[in-house]
Amino acid sequence: MLEASKLECVRGERRLFAGVSFRLDGGEMLYLQGRNGSGKTSLLRMLCGMTPAASGEIRWRGKPIRKLGEEFRSELCYLGHQNAIKEELTPLENLLSAARLAQEALDEDSALDALEQVGLHGREDLACRYLSQGQKRRAALARLVHEKRALWVLDEPYVALDTAAVDLVARLIGAHLQRGGLTVLTTHQSVAVPAGAVRELWLGTEEAGDARHALTEC
Amino acid sequence: MLVLIRAVIGRDLRLAMRRQADIVAATFFFIIVVSLFPLGVGPDADQLRKLAPGVLWVAALLATMLSLPRLFADDHRDGTLEQLALAPQPLGLIVFGKVIAHWLVAGLPLVLLAPVLGIQFDLANDALAVLTLSLLIGTPALSGIGAIGAALTLGVRGGGVLLSLLVLPLYVPVLIFGAGAVDATVSGLGPQAHLSLLGALALGGVFFAPWPTAAALRIALE
Amino acid sequence: MSNRVINWFRYASPQTFYPLAGKLIPWFWALAAIFGVAGLSIGFLLAPTDAQQGEGYRIIFLHVPASWMSMFIYLVMAFWAGTGLAFNTRLSGMMASALAPTGALFAFLSLWTGALWGKPMWGAWWVWDARLTSELILLFLYIGFIALQAAIDDPRRADKAGAILALVGVVNIPIIYFSVKWWNTLHQGASVSLTKAPSMAAMMLWGMLLCALACWMYSIAVALMRVRTIMLERERHTDWVRALLGERE
Repeated sequence: MLEASKLECVRGERRLFAGVSFRLDGGEMLYLQGRNGSGKTSLLRMLCGMTPAASGEIRWRGKPIRKLGEEFRSELCYLGHQNAIKEELTPLENLLSAARLAQEALDEDSALDALEQVGLHGREDLACRYLSQGQKRRAALARLVHEKRALWVLDEPYVALDTAAVDLVARLIGAHLQRGGLTVLTTHQSVAVPAGAVRELWLGTEEAGDARHALTEC
Repeated sequence: MLVLIRAVIGRDLRLAMRRQADIVAATFFFIIVVSLFPLGVGPDADQLRKLAPGVLWVAALLATMLSLPRLFADDHRDGTLEQLALAPQPLGLIVFGKVIAHWLVAGLPLVLLAPVLGIQFDLANDALAVLTLSLLIGTPALSGIGAIGAALTLGVRGGGVLLSLLVLPLYVPVLIFGAGAVDATVSGLGPQAHLSLLGALALGGVFFAPWPTAAALRIALE
Repeated sequence: MSNRVINWFRYASPQTFYPLAGKLIPWFWALAAIFGVAGLSIGFLLAPTDAQQGEGYRIIFLHVPASWMSMFIYLVMAFWAGTGLAFNTRLSGMMASALAPTGALFAFLSLWTGALWGKPMWGAWWVWDARLTSELILLFLYIGFIALQAAIDDPRRADKAGAILALVGVVNIPIIYFSVKWWNTLHQGASVSLTKAPSMAAMMLWGMLLCALACWMYSIAVALMRVRTIMLERERHTDWVRALLGERE
């Protein structure tokens, strides 16, 4: 469903990677690894269509994502480095307004349920600026609980979370894969996802001028 | 489509209400700048009446400049802008909603204050009415055109000053027709022509400017 | 200009355009010099003294071409900027950034010479005439463009952001011009009509046209030189630039 062919990424004057190709089908997860600065986030942003690739192409259901535009974005859920949480709003308001802006039907009950699942019960009505880093991350991840869109692109979802929350996110991803969804994620923590096929992609750091990468299947 | 625009406006207004200090600061800036002019040029009522439309309009431009940098900067910093750009609707529509919200928060208070400040300048009643009307019609254009500059300077070094440099020249027509409408009333020509042109600029600013703004935002997110 | 545009599309890659530009530059300099000498000698030696304005009017041989070029270059710049956005070609953005300083220079020259002309003719260095005011705003637009590009570190982003600004500016220039004109007629006091120029002697017209051609050729030559520098700077890590610089060392 999601195919990348010969992607190249140039940041400023440095070429971060080149010739990155992979193919991901329903129920599969791509586990993106590499050192800091190897271009993991850049690759994720490329997959979302935010950053254009210096060369190469990304196809979704056989069509280039540049041409699909909104059609592709309506099947995409991206969770970036930043939480996209408004400090002035409460977790509940954040969750509801994010859903409304993404034009998803999310009623207040399911939103409350999602917040309870990520362990923010009792803090739904507290402005997010009073939450800890981990709690803010949980508030951001609450979006995933009822997220039905097919492609999840997650940048370091486990950062700042405690083990219980990490398990929860892994379970959510597992359930998503079981439904036939796709996930692309980066992380420095190795976390076992309970279901679905996992592919790994290593983004090599630049040494001799060209990037190395390897695609392994496990 | 309307649902989306309403959602954007609602969210931005709610955020502004939780952070009232910003609105209050920009509004007081407007009041102070306008009140400084009589101190600078003297209390002669004839002269003040002549200066009033220009002073109020220039102060309105400057007050808008003050609130523009934050139009997208907060969303950019906390990652919300990425989410907006990835939403399955044209980004231009979202920008349109944000422009409306910006006007409600930053433009409308200026309009409401204008008659009070106009009295300081000894403006006659009809001139006061036209001044308020011209600001009511013209300030949306300031928000719309300003959004382009805010998007272009997003995350750029010295963004605030650069923003003024880019946007103020583009405000010239709005300033001319806005202040001109009041002048025309005072000199007995009637403000209709000015006000209709101002209305045309406002429509252009609010409905066309979101699209280059959206393009500029996508560039800033690359 | 049109057949050169086609050439530039074919030579859209900096690598092929760089040597071509190098070959063209001397020709444009030569043309600029020839037209300049011809135009100025007509303007200063052959054109008759103006009955009303005396010798002072001769500054128009610089003033008018400078004003024309300042407006024309903005259009060309916006054209390149738009092409860059539409086709994502590297060269277009470089051309736009290379043209901006020349355009700003001409806008400034036009204001400067206008002031020098205005003092003896109108008795004031500056009047709020519609054309002067629009020219001033045009200068601001150029400065905004240059400042925006200078403030953005990533050259690709700088090109694209500048392109949007240039296009927005192009849409706005007519609006600004007409609004200023209208504003000016409303405030009759300061207005000085430039349009009622005395019917111009054929000799003056020739001098002015030649000077305009000289300015045009100069702009192309300078823009090409600048674009070559920008190319080297931006592509300094590519093989072709390394090879080129290696040859020279």
